[in-house]
Amino acid sequence: MKVVNNPISKVDGMGLVTGKPAYTDDLTSSNSLIVKVLRSPHAFAKIISIDTSIAEKIPGIECILTYKDVLRKPFTRAGQCYPELSAYDKFLLDEYVRHVGDDVAIIAGRSEKIVDKAMKLIKVEYEKLDPVLDYLSAEDSETIVHPENDIFTNVDVGFNKDKNIACEVNFSVGNLEDTFKKCEKVITKTYKTQAQAQAMMETQRTYTYLDIQGRLVVVTSTQIPFHVRRILSHCLDIPRSKIRVIKPRIGGGFGSKQTAHSEFYPALVTLKTKKPAKIIYSRKDVFRGTTSRHSMKFDIKIGSDSNGIIKAIDMEGLSDTGAYGEHAQTTIGAAGKKVLTLYNKVDAVRFSGKAMYTNRVPGGALRGFGVTQGTYALEATINELAKELSIDPIKIREMNMIKKGETTPLYNMTTKGASDDPMYMDSCQLEYCVSRGKELIKWDEKYPNIKVSDKRVRGVGMAIAQQGSGLPNIDMASASLKLNDDGFFTLMTGATDLGTGSDTILAQIAAEKLKVDVDSINVYASDTDITPYDSGAYASSTTYTSGNAVINAAENMKKLLIKYGAKYFNTKETNIDLLDNYIIRKDNNKRISLKEFSNNMIYDYPHMQLFTTGSYVPKKAAPPYMAGFAEVEVDLETGKVTVLDYVGIVDCGMVINPKLARIQIEGGIMQGIGYSLYEDVKYNENGRLMNDSFMQYKIPSRKDAKNIRVEFAKGFDKTGPYGAKSIGEVVINTVAPAITDALYNACGVRIRTLPITPEKVFLKLNNK
Amino acid sequence: MKINLKINGEKKVFDVSADEYLADTLRKNGYLSVRKGCDTGSCGACTVHFDGKAILSCVMLSLRADGHEITTIEGVTKKAEKIGKYLVDEGVDQCGYCSPGTIMSILYLEKCIENPTDEEILHFMNGNLCRCTGYVGQLRAIKKYLEGKK
Repeated sequence: MKVVNNPISKVDGMGLVTGKPAYTDDLTSSNSLIVKVLRSPHAFAKIISIDTSIAEKIPGIECILTYKDVLRKPFTRAGQCYPELSAYDKFLLDEYVRHVGDDVAIIAGRSEKIVDKAMKLIKVEYEKLDPVLDYLSAEDSETIVHPENDIFTNVDVGFNKDKNIACEVNFSVGNLEDTFKKCEKVITKTYKTQAQAQAMMETQRTYTYLDIQGRLVVVTSTQIPFHVRRILSHCLDIPRSKIRVIKPRIGGGFGSKQTAHSEFYPALVTLKTKKPAKIIYSRKDVFRGTTSRHSMKFDIKIGSDSNGIIKAIDMEGLSDTGAYGEHAQTTIGAAGKKVLTLYNKVDAVRFSGKAMYTNRVPGGALRGFGVTQGTYALEATINELAKELSIDPIKIREMNMIKKGETTPLYNMTTKGASDDPMYMDSCQLEYCVSRGKELIKWDEKYPNIKVSDKRVRGVGMAIAQQGSGLPNIDMASASLKLNDDGFFTLMTGATDLGTGSDTILAQIAAEKLKVDVDSINVYASDTDITPYDSGAYASSTTYTSGNAVINAAENMKKLLIKYGAKYFNTKETNIDLLDNYIIRKDNNKRISLKEFSNNMIYDYPHMQLFTTGSYVPKKAAPPYMAGFAEVEVDLETGKVTVLDYVGIVDCGMVINPKLARIQIEGGIMQGIGYSLYEDVKYNENGRLMNDSFMQYKIPSRKDAKNIRVEFAKGFDKTGPYGAKSIGEVVINTVAPAITDALYNACGVRIRTLPITPEKVFLKLNNK
Repeated sequence: MKINLKINGEKKVFDVSADEYLADTLRKNGYLSVRKGCDTGSCGACTVHFDGKAILSCVMLSLRADGHEITTIEGVTKKAEKIGKYLVDEGVDQCGYCSPGTIMSILYLEKCIENPTDEEILHFMNGNLCRCTGYVGQLRAIKKYLEGKK
């Protein structure tokens, strides 16, 4: 292969780093109305009255909208394929506000200053209601977060709003009770995770205007342009044909932009005033008014024989979906489906999950999407089992984890549309990942700990993980290829590059198939009027699902090039091949460059545009795997945990672009370190966020960067584009359980609630 | 209120309000490389040079720039491209939103510290947050750039 598996640079890299205008706010017109949202100061309240009359009199105010001015039609902001598994439990604006930061009114004016002034002059009288702030007791709460009766779900997900239940997920294999009875060792542990902020550098932002035909154009920083079009069409009650969504460059997403947020407000303003409008979320808007990672609690029971062969796992999960059920079912579901499948030698396994409504900021998508939470709980418990049986944590993995060529009926059970045929994990390189990681971290020398001094001790810990590659039989991607005159191609893709470099790797895939250099492929992405459909950049789908769509489009293009190449050379199609931007007649080695060929095609004969499309939906689970190893140093005087070294070995199949994939791993591990040690979206007793800025909410900074070492397993999945599987999410999943065990191995402190703050460690150290 | 300043070597007169921040003034006047990421002077995306020194333009009032020299990445294109190439070569451009601010800090770093150690680089650049890369790749790129200059 010439182009694939090459560490080429991002096609848009130089433009981005040197600050060229490319992001949503760079593309707005200077006469845009400035839009802001008045947000609720209360966790739960009913609006008794809103008086906007004084605010409206401020010169320069163009419109103020409250729930009385907008259509009442339930919908979900979650970016998922229709019919969504998320409840239709949100309204454009409502008389109830369900979390601090929930939207109350939309204000549009000619300048930010005018809008800020008007916002202060809107008088809202609230009837404060008792909020539900603890998801663990939400089911029995007297308060019902959604008292209204017009909300519903499209699909039966166990939605029971009167008990604050957004959804339930249950599945099982085998007879759990009997199996546990036969086990020689049974342990039960409870692990809890916190809400984490996505903290992408560019906040949500949207610019809207009406085009010359009066259609609504929505330029927005999103991971889901096609879902945004459908969601807007539904809730604004205008046909999809009257909406165009354009995605410019995106300043990071991590799941935050898999839910529509900033799109609604300027769209309403533009429709009402006919004027261009823009909203730029402040960082506070992001914290209070969007989503964060679902907090979850897991009770895990594991049974094994005395040698450590795991026979039964029972995993009961509870998730805090906050005020709205966005991504509630899919995250708690993923916490079981993409976690329990790691241990395929069990006789019985059960997962039961529930997501609860509370009056907190909604849970949403964040890299790992429930799998991170579930992996943390299960892997941490397995490390505890190893400890109780005095077995090396690596040994217990080697005995129990899924290996190449193996399967579990859980893969069939949890893959939509799967037949009964066993789904073998032919490309699984987990064994290699574990053994290579063990070697790199020098496990045998360092496990369990090394004492550095009386005050400092180092420990190592490890975990394994998987994720999906796209969503089989749910999320479809498509791509189109056009051969332009002068011999270059335009690759039109609905896929959305969040900065990960997907435009680049999709160009690599097309170039490889068409036997051209990557510079011959121009990528145009994510414009609902022009590019073909793609579900979006989520669920680790772009390389795998969109990549396969590009392969299909390129195969179709290749067929056309061969067909017309054969006509040109007056020979049969089997005598034609493509090589290095040329069409070649094999028997006599005559060749024509694509440049000359395309100029002929368009200007001479047959006067024809070559244009192809390909679509792809995954049919089979093709999980990437990873083994992660942490070496931490614990300061015994303060309880501070420092991750000195993190080794990640990843099986993502064939690596399309080793350079970009490597940074995905390094970035994911660092995000996981933040999640493990300090990131925590905190609320006070009234349900108000206590850390809604980067001053208070700390993400890892440069000084937290110690050693991160990553390597790839040599892998190939025959269903992937050139053998590739996904990479973006699996990389965050091993970090928390590996650090948790490294800490225990260092000093005997076991923290079962994230994040592992110095306070928690210090208190445990001193209570021993 | 009118302020007179030099931006990227050109004399400019801007009409600003008393409570306006420099990042907003710059963006309003077309210096779109200046990014806002946090509104609280915490992320470094808005880093520009003020009389040659790296500052956070989202927390500096525009009035304070009166009579001073401001440099954005648009004013140091050649140097920025040189550093940018190292970032792109290492794959740590990623979403790119924080990169112009990061490059402005790297330019200031090389002015302030000769042959910095890893620790010094990380400490000096600590105010430039990046959520994509995990920093270790950026450290590799910065070191290669500083090495390549010699």
